[in-house]
This record gives sequence, structure tokens and C-alpha cells, in this order.
Amino acid sequence: MSTRERTWWIVAGIGIILYALFPIAWIVSLSFKASSDISNGQFLPTVFTWENYSLILTGDASDLFLPALVNSFGICLIATALSCLLAMFAAYAIARLDFPGKKIILSTALAVAIFPVISIVTPLFNLWRQIGLYDTWPGLIIPYLSLTLPISIWTMSAFFREIPWEMEQAAQVDGATTWQAFRKVIVPLAAPGVFTTAIIAFFLAWNDFVYGISLTSTGAARPVPAALGLFSGASQFEDPTGAIAAAAVVVTIPVIVLVLFFQRRIVAGLTNGAVKG
Amino acid sequence: MTTTAPPSTGSTTAEPARPPHTSDRVRAERRLGWMLAGPAFAVMLLVTAYPIAQAVYDSLFSYRLTDPGNRSFVGLNNYWVVLTDALWWQSFGVTAFITVVTVAVELVLGFALALVMLKALKGLRPILRAAILLPYAIITVVSAFAWQFAFDLTSGFVNSWFAWVPGISADTDWFGQTGTSLLVICLAEIWKTTPFISLLLLAGLAQVPDVLQEAAQVDGATWWQRMRKVTIPNMKAAIMVALLFRTLDAFRVFDSVFIMTAGANGTETVSFLAYRQTIARLEIGLGSAVSVLLFLSVVLIAFGFIKGFKVDLSQARGEK
Repeated sequence: MSTRERTWWIVAGIGIILYALFPIAWIVSLSFKASSDISNGQFLPTVFTWENYSLILTGDASDLFLPALVNSFGICLIATALSCLLAMFAAYAIARLDFPGKKIILSTALAVAIFPVISIVTPLFNLWRQIGLYDTWPGLIIPYLSLTLPISIWTMSAFFREIPWEMEQAAQVDGATTWQAFRKVIVPLAAPGVFTTAIIAFFLAWNDFVYGISLTSTGAARPVPAALGLFSGASQFEDPTGAIAAAAVVVTIPVIVLVLFFQRRIVAGLTNGAVKG
Repeated sequence: MTTTAPPSTGSTTAEPARPPHTSDRVRAERRLGWMLAGPAFAVMLLVTAYPIAQAVYDSLFSYRLTDPGNRSFVGLNNYWVVLTDALWWQSFGVTAFITVVTVAVELVLGFALALVMLKALKGLRPILRAAILLPYAIITVVSAFAWQFAFDLTSGFVNSWFAWVPGISADTDWFGQTGTSLLVICLAEIWKTTPFISLLLLAGLAQVPDVLQEAAQVDGATWWQRMRKVTIPNMKAAIMVALLFRTLDAFRVFDSVFIMTAGANGTETVSFLAYRQTIARLEIGLGSAVSVLLFLSVVLIAFGFIKGFKVDLSQARGEK
């Protein structure tokens, strides 16, 4: 590669990084602006302050933000765990066993994935109110499965198909019992796929907004995105911009940590599930 | 159920020489298959098929949650009300506009990003991959806020940065009119979801055989010719899948609209209309009709894509 070409690709690469990071940098910068600074029309704060963070973590807005954070973590983790468990069995069967209906299961997963969430919310809103699931954790965990389960089934079966299943038999030939062969050979091979799927499913649940604002009414179950969307300031006379920016940064941190640590796997999972399946 | 075992045709089971099936074994395998996959299948039906059936049912009634006593069967009247209302067509138009603009821009931009990532130097590649994953992984609500605050009259920097551009002044109120509001909504959507398209396209690019590229190069094809005659035809399936998923996703746009304009200035989308009817106005009957119409639109788009563009999902998945 010539030096000129090299420079060109580096410039293009830096362009991509700027493209990806710019809006994030802006909201981080905004979160460090004092309330007097918010309307300064500049990208960077003139005075650097933590006041927005203390407002949402220990101050007036913390009783809105912290319960929402707990809800988001709890609900998303449970929904992810449930869908991974269900999808793991399904993906094993799809990758390993010969049975009629395999295609139907995969097509159903695809259909569920393209389902407009708002069409599900309308009837659930009414039903949940009647049976007492409105504004509860299970009331969000169950609909979240519609977000997490399809992609879990697709990505996991893509991963599972790449497992060389002959190894299991080779282990059995060497004297391992079926269970031993499964546990010692297949489980370690399948674990990365399951883990990757869990991360992607968690992202999807963490991102939800429609269910969050429609099926909750109090801090009992309202997740962070919904709390952010409906947040109108700690007091009615204050502009919530700084506090929202700080809260936005806090909920983005787990995402960034996951992306930085597991980016290779996440990309593999996303493209396997969607392109290779 | 057949008693003679068919030869194992499952392309998924990677066992070269399977012992011939006995009918018991086939039956046991089928039963185990459904026992393992059944729960996931049942849950998927429960969380989607059941609610949509309920929505179809509810849409046939005049039903306000604030006035449940007066619930009455009205047949298809709700659909008539929705489809003859200018509001529905306006929000439909807005949704279609956002979908077409964002998907078109994302496809071009995503392809460019994928090309850069494919060619990027080894050391730079992991950094690019991590960077491009960030917009995709960030909550839509957060991205919507970032873009809204950037363009906002009081908190934004865009006006002061771009004051030299004709038409932008210090007091340009981006969220004051339909056109500019939609522009910012589209920008936010494009930023957020281009990475998804470009990752899919990158996977598609990686599947184009190098041999073909080299052969074309030897024959003296220019970069542009190779792109048009070799690369793009070979990754058609990946492009179609990316387009299909993004179009369906864009058509459901809700979060950005809710955060940035809350549907003001004629920026209401179909999803937002459904939300407003049901959750805000408690018009269960009317809202359900809108939900069902939205659902039907999405199904039609998917069907149109699969038939019209001949998207073969199994081919796109690299199956033989």
C-alpha cells in the first residue's frame, strides 16, 4: 500500500471515529455544564462542574433516577436470562436435531422481530391493568421477551451450527457418558455464543422505550429510558437539560463498557444472526 | 407420521455418516426437538400473536377506558374513522418520509463505512469496530436527547457553529417547523442505525470471493467497474437483508419523535398516533385499530420486500 493510500485510509478511519463519538462527546460535555452555562452556545463548558451528577445521584432528582436505574438493571437482566435459557434449548434443537417445524420456529422468530412494538402495547396496556401486571416488574419482563427472544434464537442457532458435534461422539467413543460428553465438550464450545447472545439481548432490552412508558406509571417498575423521557426537572422551575444529560451519560456507561470489552464477539453475533443465521 | 425413516437431509446436523434411523429414533428425536424448542415457540406466540389477536378484537368496539360502561360493538367503524381522518394519512406520510430518507442515506453511508472498515489497516480495525458499535448500542432515547440538545435554541451549539451557512442564524428554531424538525429526527436516526447496516454490509463484503476481484483486476477493470460488476452483485443478498430489516425498523420510529417533538408541528408518526390514542387518550378501540393498521403496514412492507426484491433469507444466511 502506498503512503498516499495509507494516509487516505487513516483519514477515513478518523472520520468514522469522529462520526461515532461526536454526539456522545456533546452530551458528556453538556452534563458537565453548570446551569448558567447551558445556554452559552458553545460545545464545551466554561466552568467544569459535577452538580448535574450530584443532582441525579444524591440530590433532588435521585429518587426519580436511582429506582429507575435499579428497575432497568433488574428487569433487563431477568429478561435476558429467561430468553437466553429458552433460546438455548431451542437453538440446540434447531442445530442438532432433525424435526419438522424447524423452519416454522425460525420464521416465527423473524416475524416477532419485525413486529411493531406499539401494536403489542395497546392490548397489553388494557390486559395488564385488568390482571394486575401493570406497573410491575413481570409486567415488563414478559413483553421484553418479544424483543430479546427472537434475536437470541437466531444468533444462538447460528453459533450452535458451527459447533463440530462429532467431537461429542468422539468423547463418547473414548468412554465418556452422554452427559459427560455434553458437559465437557459441548458446553465449553457453546458458552461464547450464549454469552454473546446475552449481551446483544441485554442491549435490546436496555434500549426499550415504548413498553417502559406505556406499561408503567410510577417508580415501581419504570426503567431509565422511560424515566428520562418523562423527566421534567427536579423542580418545576428548573430546566432539566443538565440533569438529563448526566443521567444519559450514566446509562450509557454500562453499554460502553460492554462494547469495549466484547466488541469482536458482538459484531460476530450480530452479523452471524442476521446474515448467516 | 412416516414409519420408514427418510434419509437424513438436515443440512444442520454435521454428521457425515449417520446410522440408519429406526422409526422409534426418528420419533424420539422429533419429540425431543419440540420439547426443547417448544417453550421458546410458545412464549413467542404468547407475547405477540395473542396481543395482536386481542387488538383486532378490541378494534371492533367503541371502547374508552374512561367510559367502560358504554363499550359497544361497532364492527369496522373504527377503521373507517381512522382511514378517513387526515391525521392518519399525515402521520403515515411522515413515517414513510422518515423511512425512505433515513434508509436511503444509511445505505450509502453504511456502505462507505463498511468499505473503509474492510480496507482499514490492521491496527486501526478493532478501534473502528468499537467506535461504530457505540451509536448502535446507545439507547435511542439518549441519542435523541443528544441531537435535540445540540439543535435546541437555548442549549445547542449548532446555531453558533453553523451561523456562516446561509439560512442558519443564531435564532434558528429547528423544532419550530415541520421540515427542520424532521431533518433533525432523520439525522438522529441515521446516526444511530447506520452502524447496523454497515456491519451487515461488512459481513457481506467479506463473503465476496477475493478470486473474483483479482480476476477482474487482471482483466483491467477499474475500481468502479469492479464495484458494480463484481462486489455489489455478489453481496446482493446481504444488501437486501440489511434494507429489509432497516426499513421495517424505520417504519416503527417512535422514541426519537417522542423525545424531540412529541409529535408537534406535524411530526407525528404512525407509532406515535397509536400510542397517543391508547395510552394518552385511553381510546382503546380507536387505538387498537391504528395498531392493527400499523401492523398490517409492516407485514405488507415485509411481504413486498420478500416477493418484489426476491430476498431469499435462507440464501442470505449462507445456506446451500
